[in-house]
Amino acid sequence: MSDTFDLGKMIFGRLSLEAIPYHDPIIVATFAMVSIGGVALLVAVTRAKLWGYLWTEWFTSIDHKRIGVMYMILGIVMMLRGFADAIMMRIQQAIAFGDSMGYLPPDHYDQIFTAHGVIMIFFVAMPFVVGIMNYIVPLQIGARDVAFPFLNNFSFWMTASGAILVMMSLFVGEFAKSGWLAYPPLTGILQSPGVGVDYYIWALQIAGVGTLLSGVNFVVTIVKMRAPGMSMMKMPVFTWTALCTNVLIVAAFPVLTAVLAMLSMDRYLDTNFFTNDLGGNAMMYVNLIWIWGHPEVYILILPLFGVFSEIVATYSGKRLFGYSSMVYATVVITILSYLVWLHHFFTMGSGATVNSFFGITTMIISIPTGAKVFNWLFTMYRGRIKFDVPMLWTVGFMVTFVIGGMTGVLLAVPSADFVLHNSLFLIAHFHNVIIGGVVFGVFAAIAYWYPKVTGYKLDPFWGKMTFWFWIIGFYLAFMPLYVLGLMGVTRRMSHFDDPSLQIWFQIALVGAVLVGIGIICFLLQFYFSYRKRDQLRDETGDPWDGRTLEWSTTSPPPQYNFAFTPRVHDNDAWWQMKANGVKRPQDGFLPIHMPKNTAAGMVIAGISTVLGFTLIWHMWLPAALSLVALILATIVHTFNYDRDYHIPADEVARIETQASEVKA
Amino acid sequence: MTVFKTLIKSLAATAGVAMISGCDWVVMSPSGDIAAQQADLIIWATVLMLIIVVPVIALTLLFAWRYRASNKKATYQPDWDHSTHLELVIWAAPLAIIIALGAMTWVSTHQLDPYRPLDRVDEGKPVPAGVEPLIVEVVAMDWKWLFFYPEYDVAAVNELAAPLDRPIKFKITATTMMNSFFIPALAGQIYAMGGMETQLHAVINEEGVYDGFSANYSGAGFNGMRFKFHGKTDEGFAQWLDTVKSQGTELSRTAYKELEKPSQYDPVRYFSTVMPGLYDAILNRCVDPGTLCMKDMMGGHSGHQDHSQHEADHHAH
Repeated sequence: MSDTFDLGKMIFGRLSLEAIPYHDPIIVATFAMVSIGGVALLVAVTRAKLWGYLWTEWFTSIDHKRIGVMYMILGIVMMLRGFADAIMMRIQQAIAFGDSMGYLPPDHYDQIFTAHGVIMIFFVAMPFVVGIMNYIVPLQIGARDVAFPFLNNFSFWMTASGAILVMMSLFVGEFAKSGWLAYPPLTGILQSPGVGVDYYIWALQIAGVGTLLSGVNFVVTIVKMRAPGMSMMKMPVFTWTALCTNVLIVAAFPVLTAVLAMLSMDRYLDTNFFTNDLGGNAMMYVNLIWIWGHPEVYILILPLFGVFSEIVATYSGKRLFGYSSMVYATVVITILSYLVWLHHFFTMGSGATVNSFFGITTMIISIPTGAKVFNWLFTMYRGRIKFDVPMLWTVGFMVTFVIGGMTGVLLAVPSADFVLHNSLFLIAHFHNVIIGGVVFGVFAAIAYWYPKVTGYKLDPFWGKMTFWFWIIGFYLAFMPLYVLGLMGVTRRMSHFDDPSLQIWFQIALVGAVLVGIGIICFLLQFYFSYRKRDQLRDETGDPWDGRTLEWSTTSPPPQYNFAFTPRVHDNDAWWQMKANGVKRPQDGFLPIHMPKNTAAGMVIAGISTVLGFTLIWHMWLPAALSLVALILATIVHTFNYDRDYHIPADEVARIETQASEVKA
Repeated sequence: MTVFKTLIKSLAATAGVAMISGCDWVVMSPSGDIAAQQADLIIWATVLMLIIVVPVIALTLLFAWRYRASNKKATYQPDWDHSTHLELVIWAAPLAIIIALGAMTWVSTHQLDPYRPLDRVDEGKPVPAGVEPLIVEVVAMDWKWLFFYPEYDVAAVNELAAPLDRPIKFKITATTMMNSFFIPALAGQIYAMGGMETQLHAVINEEGVYDGFSANYSGAGFNGMRFKFHGKTDEGFAQWLDTVKSQGTELSRTAYKELEKPSQYDPVRYFSTVMPGLYDAILNRCVDPGTLCMKDMMGGHSGHQDHSQHEADHHAH
């Protein structure tokens, strides 16, 4: 702190032209590409006069379906960034041997692996999972929207705001060079004085607000807004897994917020929670971040377990085997996920008894997980399995995930973990479960529910191409990492001396390229399916002969989802209705009470982005102003009483009659 | 056990064919007794899990094929969704495996606890009476390793040596970053953290030069935080000590302060004498004269103790 008041410093903080990494050709080229792409997109939107449409129908929409789709788009965009990081790392590790230092200096490489982890978990997997829940959960429980529709829109924009900050770090300043969990003391102010860690902290804090609110929203929605007759034990399994995931979010994310807040205080206010000196202790950080971090992996995987349960029953044309054991397994996993965090650091020096305890609790989780796998297996047994794309992903998942589960249990044996911890074996393991579980599940969910969202199926040819490139690419990319781990190769290295390792990294690079082709096929599938939408169109709203309520309404569903709240008598509600020959109602429609669009979510999240950016750069004056603006905007929003409207009964009648005619 | 090892090795050989000639699955074929037991544990745990994983994968593929929609001959029971017997098996089979694995975990975790002094130096070879472990004090620095040999009053940077078949007791700390001290051929890793001491007991059984490194990312110089670990015969070790004594310089407080400055890819350096109590001062963060040592800060605690007596406790103080 200098004694004299320096206005320039108050406004610009540490931000100067030096912060733009124009000396790095890779970043400059990326920036050029991103700007050209971005400008082209803006021009295209302007030319097509789409701004008004985007604003009223999407950005300010509080319809859970629109928000769900926006989450998915965010996830796809960020997946491209995360994958770009991945392929850069694969190339570096495949060439940086002996005298060749590769093309990425450690300074750059370290940012890339940090960004890859942060982006893939927080801004790819999370938006995908939240997006799927957003779209499907209200439909599955027969609700018209979530419990707090405005909050839902706000949550989305807060998540997007975090993603924007991470992306900005690429071109203004730098990102953290700390690994995705930013362990101190490396991330303390002494060791990392730059803005990288601050970008990390504020991106996650802002996105974390969105995630937490979204968790609250869904817990309330699922607990309070189920259609009459849908008792807890009649909820579709996907909704069950969504409930458990959101309970985990509500319980776990405050821990992340708290631990990052303490880290920020160490960095901004000279506290010593996690420093080496003055009584600080980094072990506290490691414990706290994993008390959030382990439930986080179940937050990601549980909803996809639900997705696979829906898919395997639908495409086997059969009731899900062992519904109640499936539910109990989910609940047991939810609870146990809080009792295993220490397995991420057996090597920190806990005693043998503590390590054994956490090792064994971890293994116990594999029992309900194993039960789930068997349940899917016996759902297929004596079924009539149609191998549409979602089912391909499901079978691919079942085979891949058990391998990842096995290596995971192996890592849970502390004495084995001592030689495998932080090695590429670990990297292979968690990609094995996250790609084999979460990513395959997301792709399965997209293929499964796409006709519900758009009214036409995805082109199966491109879906199958995506599947085969991904699964072969995955095995080629990650099986060599298991081998390298057994050869004693540790993670986060950007250069190697031992030439005998190189071949394995080269194989892994080939795998990553195949995955890249898989991603291209995934994107092309949207384009080609759109072109062929008339052939792929589904008029019925139920293209796969589905079992749950989302298939009972039209595709895409009207904004109010259901003209009449359905009554539920079975956990395969729609299957049972079809069996009983239920007819679409033709008259007696009532006006429907709906929430109104609002820009408040976008505005408040936008101010949060500015606040985050100014705090990162120590721009104290703008930071204070944006904090005031943030509070004011929130207060102003509370005075907005114009929040709802009714869709008149004859409008509902018109929409419903039209839908019935198309269906007939 | 050796059958499995041979099996794994031959599998490795076939999988890799000629292109990996010279490749070394060091984790599976280590040269120290502790690491060897850990490798055996990996194999046994894997075999145990394969009992359930292999049938699951086989059944998945079998059911997917047998109950494909086009196979009209297969039985179709759309409403069959429950069987108490089957569900019992579904829960009991993984449970049985986990009970076995859990027991194995409990025993092995205690047996291979890095804090536990060794009771054997190799399979069937107990520690001879009167043999004291070689004590090595390890400091992870930015970005190099410093090893003290208090018994011989020498120290070395980025080079470690130990005689065969003599238990080694590592006491490990760090100056700033969190690192992980790992020699795959010798034994599992353990974190090195500032102001705290962790421990590792191990023994090397075969003569050779092995890789050691930090297995926990610690910032800019992480790539180069590697050293060679020499397993030497008694004579070889004595010779090595002579070399250190004859070629080394003095590790005084000033020399240490110079060494403490961050640096990368440091060459091997020897120190023939060491300032008394330097390791303890580094551990307690009071190398600079006049700074209060951590062990003296908090009244009740007596600073660093022999943790092997407190296995179940949190070891770092």
